[in-house]
Amino acid sequence: MIQLQNLVKDYGSLRAVDQINFEINEGEILGFLGPNGAGKSTTLKMITCYLTPTAGNIHVKDLNVLNNSQEIRKLIGYLPENNPLYIEMTVYDYLKFIAEIREIPDFKLRLKEVIERCGLHGVVAKPIQTLSKGFKQRVGLAQAIIHDPKILILDEPTSGLDPNQIAEIRDLIIELGREKTLIISSHILQEVQAVCDRIVIIHNGKIVADGSTEELKSNFQNKTRLILNLIAAENEIPDLLVKVPDVKLLSVTPRANDELEVILEYDVKQDLRKNIYEYIKTREWILLEMNRDRVSLEDVFRNLTVTQGGE
Amino acid sequence: MNFSGLIARKELKGYFDSPSAYIILVAFLLLNAWFFTSPLFINNQADLRTLFGIVPIVYIFFIPAITMGLLARERNTGTIELLTTLPLKDSEIIMGKFWAAIGLIATGLLFTLFHLLTIIVLGTNIDYGQIICGYLGLLLLGAVYGSIGIFASSLTDNQIVGFIISFFIIFILYILQFTLYLLPSSLVGFFQYLSIGYHFSNITRGVIDTRNIVYFVSLIVLFLHLSIISLQTRKWK
Repeated sequence: MIQLQNLVKDYGSLRAVDQINFEINEGEILGFLGPNGAGKSTTLKMITCYLTPTAGNIHVKDLNVLNNSQEIRKLIGYLPENNPLYIEMTVYDYLKFIAEIREIPDFKLRLKEVIERCGLHGVVAKPIQTLSKGFKQRVGLAQAIIHDPKILILDEPTSGLDPNQIAEIRDLIIELGREKTLIISSHILQEVQAVCDRIVIIHNGKIVADGSTEELKSNFQNKTRLILNLIAAENEIPDLLVKVPDVKLLSVTPRANDELEVILEYDVKQDLRKNIYEYIKTREWILLEMNRDRVSLEDVFRNLTVTQGGE
Repeated sequence: MNFSGLIARKELKGYFDSPSAYIILVAFLLLNAWFFTSPLFINNQADLRTLFGIVPIVYIFFIPAITMGLLARERNTGTIELLTTLPLKDSEIIMGKFWAAIGLIATGLLFTLFHLLTIIVLGTNIDYGQIICGYLGLLLLGAVYGSIGIFASSLTDNQIVGFIISFFIIFILYILQFTLYLLPSSLVGFFQYLSIGYHFSNITRGVIDTRNIVYFVSLIVLFLHLSIISLQTRKWK
């Protein structure tokens, strides 16, 4: 559906986007993730024809941004970063203005659908500047979907909202994502994790990861960590390693009330929890807790964007 | 379909939905009325020549004030990104803004017809041809200044800066006619042709010469074109 080829964008001497290549399939919900200033917005601005690439090209279906900007804009619904709105207009006037430019034949009917969709009942006649941030965001979304676009691009759609509003907007996005090709950019991982099929992580203008959430996790973490809380003698712990050979002991830390915190690590391909438990049963140890430390995508993200970001 | 009409309508509605347009219009009308009526009875002439003399000066403030926000505000609030990612041509955006400015200028001029009423009541032998030409000249002059204002507004995201830039360009074009005596005589003809006052006074005298019309229209085209280019530079920054 959308194809980015060797995309480059320079701002003066600063290279904001550096040789990006990826493809977005029809119906896919893509999370475009990266720290602030990584080049997310710049890339989205090029797809939406606000900026022109310094080099490379973007194809949307069989159109490209260099030659078919007008046609591409018709296919895309776009919510820019910070959700700019004509705040002095009423919601009705604003959506009408957009609908007229989008040449929507039956505006009344479509407006009804969009109001229903975005939960804008009761605010249609109000000036946008009097609305809360959550409602403004809904108006921005309504603007983006009013022409029922095939492609929806949302640049940080939940930034600056409170947790309730975030949940509402997120539900709305999931709803919209069922029928559209959707790109959402964010610097907040959970947001993308909750909504997207696929995640592309960008850092310093380069793509550092691309795949489903599960793929990303498994690619970047091949060890499972197990945290045990035991009552046992500290010098007896290494006995465990003899019986369960594939385990590596990372640390043993005494805690209050004679408890020990033991951290073990083993290869992600095998599940050794059972073996470890079986062994503990044979001893006089008391097992209080056993936790598998799941590698969160958060770690992957931080790994990719902090440690590799030495430039 | 050409969407400049839609944009013009939105801008005009924006003007009249906020108090700023009314304040600017009232100031425009008060200044004109004061400078027109105070010498009216001294001159004892039933014509609008004083009005045609004063409006171009009031324009120097009035037009930058109404055009300063047209693009600068869009850039400041980020709505320019919204507008330029809609399926609109850059020329349609600029033309829409231009027609809106013309609309507001024409509204201002419409109210000055009140002075025409005054001289119709007071005087006889009114030269309507000259008055029609005068208004045509004012409208053309307003259009030139309006295109300059839009160009200035397209250069910045700060309305005040937009105001100052257009004020300076317009001011220089206006005072050019008074600086001719400083120039070597070989250059006078050239600079006289460049000065806006020369062409404007020709029209208000009641003579519509294609040379004057060409001058005004080419300035309008020039500055609107520069505005379009200025709007397009966003893509390459």
